[in-house]
Amino acid sequence: MTQQFGGLTAVSDFNVRLKNNRIAGLIGPNGAGKTTVFNLVSGFYQPTRGTISVCGKPTAGLKPHKVTALGVARTFQNIRLWNQMSVLDNIKVAQHGWLDYGFFQSVMRTRAYRDCEERIDREAKDLLEIFELENYANDYPTNLPYGLQRKLEIVRALSEKPKLLLLDEPAAGLNSKDMRELIRLVRWINETYDLCIWIIDHHMDVMMELCSEIKVIDFGQTIAEGTPDEVRNDPAVITAYLGDDNI
Amino acid sequence: MFDDFNLIQNLINALQWGSFYALIALGYTMVYGVLVLINFAHGDVFMVGAYIAFFVASFVLSVLGLPGWAAFIITIPATMILTSMVGVSLERIAYRPLRRKGAHRLYVVITALMCGLILEHANLAIFGASRKAFPPLIEEHVYHLGGVTFTNLKIIVICAAIMSFLTLQWIVTKTKVGMAMRAISYDKFAVPLMGIPIDQIIVTTFILGSGFAGLAGVLFAMSYPILEPYMGALIGWKAFIAAVVGGIGDIRGAFLGGFLLGAVEILVVAFFPSSYRDLIAFSVLLVILSLKPTGLFGIAKTTKI
Amino acid sequence: MLRKYSVQLILIALGGIITYIAYQELVSLYILTVLMFMGVNIILSSSLNLVNGYMGEFSCGHAGFMCVGAYVSSVLGVLLFTKDKIFGAPLLNPDLAVYLFPVIIIIGGIAAALFGLLVALPSYKTRGDYLAIITLAANYIIISLIQNMDIIGGSRGFMGMKKVISNMEDVVYLPWMVIWVFVFTVGSIWILRRYVSSVFGKGVSAICQDEVAAEIMSVNTNKIKTITFMLSSGLAGIAGGLFAYIVGYVNPGSFNILKSTEALVMVYLGGMASLSGSVLSAILFTILLELLRPLQIIKWVVIPLILIVLMQFRPEGIMGNRELSDIFPKLKRFYRFK
Ligand SMILES: Nc1ncnc2c1ncn2[C@@H]1O[C@H](COP(=O)(O)OP(=O)(O)O)[C@@H](O)[C@H]1O
Ligand SMILES: [Mg+2]
Repeated sequence: MTQQFGGLTAVSDFNVRLKNNRIAGLIGPNGAGKTTVFNLVSGFYQPTRGTISVCGKPTAGLKPHKVTALGVARTFQNIRLWNQMSVLDNIKVAQHGWLDYGFFQSVMRTRAYRDCEERIDREAKDLLEIFELENYANDYPTNLPYGLQRKLEIVRALSEKPKLLLLDEPAAGLNSKDMRELIRLVRWINETYDLCIWIIDHHMDVMMELCSEIKVIDFGQTIAEGTPDEVRNDPAVITAYLGDDNI
Repeated sequence: MFDDFNLIQNLINALQWGSFYALIALGYTMVYGVLVLINFAHGDVFMVGAYIAFFVASFVLSVLGLPGWAAFIITIPATMILTSMVGVSLERIAYRPLRRKGAHRLYVVITALMCGLILEHANLAIFGASRKAFPPLIEEHVYHLGGVTFTNLKIIVICAAIMSFLTLQWIVTKTKVGMAMRAISYDKFAVPLMGIPIDQIIVTTFILGSGFAGLAGVLFAMSYPILEPYMGALIGWKAFIAAVVGGIGDIRGAFLGGFLLGAVEILVVAFFPSSYRDLIAFSVLLVILSLKPTGLFGIAKTTKI
Repeated sequence: MLRKYSVQLILIALGGIITYIAYQELVSLYILTVLMFMGVNIILSSSLNLVNGYMGEFSCGHAGFMCVGAYVSSVLGVLLFTKDKIFGAPLLNPDLAVYLFPVIIIIGGIAAALFGLLVALPSYKTRGDYLAIITLAANYIIISLIQNMDIIGGSRGFMGMKKVISNMEDVVYLPWMVIWVFVFTVGSIWILRRYVSSVFGKGVSAICQDEVAAEIMSVNTNKIKTITFMLSSGLAGIAGGLFAYIVGYVNPGSFNILKSTEALVMVYLGGMASLSGSVLSAILFTILLELLRPLQIIKWVVIPLILIVLMQFRPEGIMGNRELSDIFPKLKRFYRFK
């Protein structure tokens, strides 16, 4: 697929097949177009050319919330939680795609409404408990430590029951302790849930440890792909990261 | 209906009518560009301008006993200065303290709305509901040119609007304060780095904006010499819409939007009963905004995530 | 048990008392009218708060939707139940008015909700100040539309609603207007509260706080916006219908920007995204308007002045974005506000 903004080709001829239960990585220098790839996959942009399918279903023309319903959930490079809403509500509102009721039922408080609210409440609380956030359930996200905000964003994405989880620089700004925690968390999610994870990050150690395959892009072009070790030793990658004159 | 429709005649009328909108829209757009504030009191500042012009002109004519042309020459700068003082006072008394406290910008907008109400009704309370007749300052000459009728007054209005625009364009492209004004609408944080205190830029903005509203007030009073406290409300709202259609924050946009609105209204009146004027004018604007949501000159902001 | 239903019981008692007072004419008609205006203002401010407070948009044309509701239900009532100079004989038996009155008020609300689409559809693409203009333009468009409809009086206005009310009173003698204003006011708050406290309705706050995140986190933002704008304008329409029948006369001029400004003032006075704040501020504002009535025109200097001063010292409004139960936690035992 290809994405252009005006004259700028942010991503060109990008091709990828992600396999289930695997962790894939996407790296590249700043401005390479990594986030753009995620934006395309999550339906925030429509590709200028090319197609995207999730579990065999094409996402062309779908609004992002529909793409999410197909099974793509993501986090953001800059944390985008709803900051005037409790942690619990952050999870609950992310269940909009799984509501069994609409406006009239919410006003009439029908059986369907009550069952659905109850289910969402229970699931959200369970999820917070699994990820040890239950003590913060009624706090506002801004009052959480930074590392937990990152974690909450991942939990919120996970609460969408995705088949593909996109993590955009989850380790950005974390200290090394939080980073170890993150690696453990992602591993655990990968082992526990039946989904595929795709990570963007600049921390090579994180990527090396987690990913089974990595793709490298620069100026929108795919310049290398393969296992972490292959990628690490690829001359094109070294050039992209360090600049030409180092060779 | 087409028989008595004369394109050039209507064009002149539209330019004159649009001049008022353009002059007022300039003030809206400049304040918005700098403060991201919809200064809802601006229409009433225009009204105050017209009243100031009335008092200055009456004073010069009857107390000083000067002839009309002299009154005209004195009234215009005097009104512009006095009106800008009104505008600056609004900013100092009402908006700045709120800004300092970091209040939500919508609260500043509401405060502006309230200031407008105060100006209107204080005027009503002080001078009563009776309308004021503006004294004629210059002798109105009517010219006929191949079926087109126009007056020297109309020409003055149009020229004044165009000159204001050129002056303003010069200020924002050539002077330091003006450039800072433009810079601030792109990047709030970079401007203090340019070495100009932000309050100075804001005050300059209000001086310019209110000054042009005052000018519009004089010219309006001369063209339609009946003053009443609510005269600023509707024309102000419409000028605001004109500014938005042009792309709020952009001076060319305000100017163009003003003339566009003037043209639409004159055209509507040429073909429909005049009671349809507001209806059709607003519907046209609604359509323009639906097609081009950020106005003619506004740059669509892309959300990056 | 008693505790669970305490709010309902209090409301029923309150409604009963007000009805009794009105029925026995224990207070003057003036006070009753003020009370009814209070109800109308409560509906107005809380419905506008849905858009301006909860959704974070800046709608400044609320009176336009009120106008639609007022005219639709007035014309409908007069057309159906009274003999009118223009519309001729009543289409239905005038006695039916007593049953159908709430229906015509609701129809007015539905019509206003449809006009709400005028704002809802552009809101898919625009936000903030540009949308504010659209609401403003919608207000003007609605008013000029009615000014140009001579059949319903144009800018002269429309009357005859008092006859509908007296028809109702002829069938069963009760203070019908007081009753219906009370019912619709309570109903509006009830609907709004249930809407914003459901997970579905919290999507509105999500849009306010981060629309991009909301859309990507599976919130159908366009749908929520449509529902929210339509609900808000629909309730404004209901308020308009009640207003028309209380006054007995409507003209387009009473729904101009000044009226919209009043609604805005009530919302910001009460605090954004606080229903109890809106209710409280609507009550206070109505009383304030009446207390200052002797000042005549100066009233409109004093009220804005009070507000400006208030904004300087308490810019977040009376309640901030909290509810009564956040300030008095004990209330939670009786009622869950959120
Ligand atoms: N909405 C947009 N409009 C225009 N240009 C964009 C947009 N989004 C991203 N870009 C540009 O595309 C390029 C890639 O951006 P991005 O995908 O965010 O890079 P990164 O790899 O650091 O995540 C950058 O040059 C950026 O400026
Ligand atoms: Mg990025």
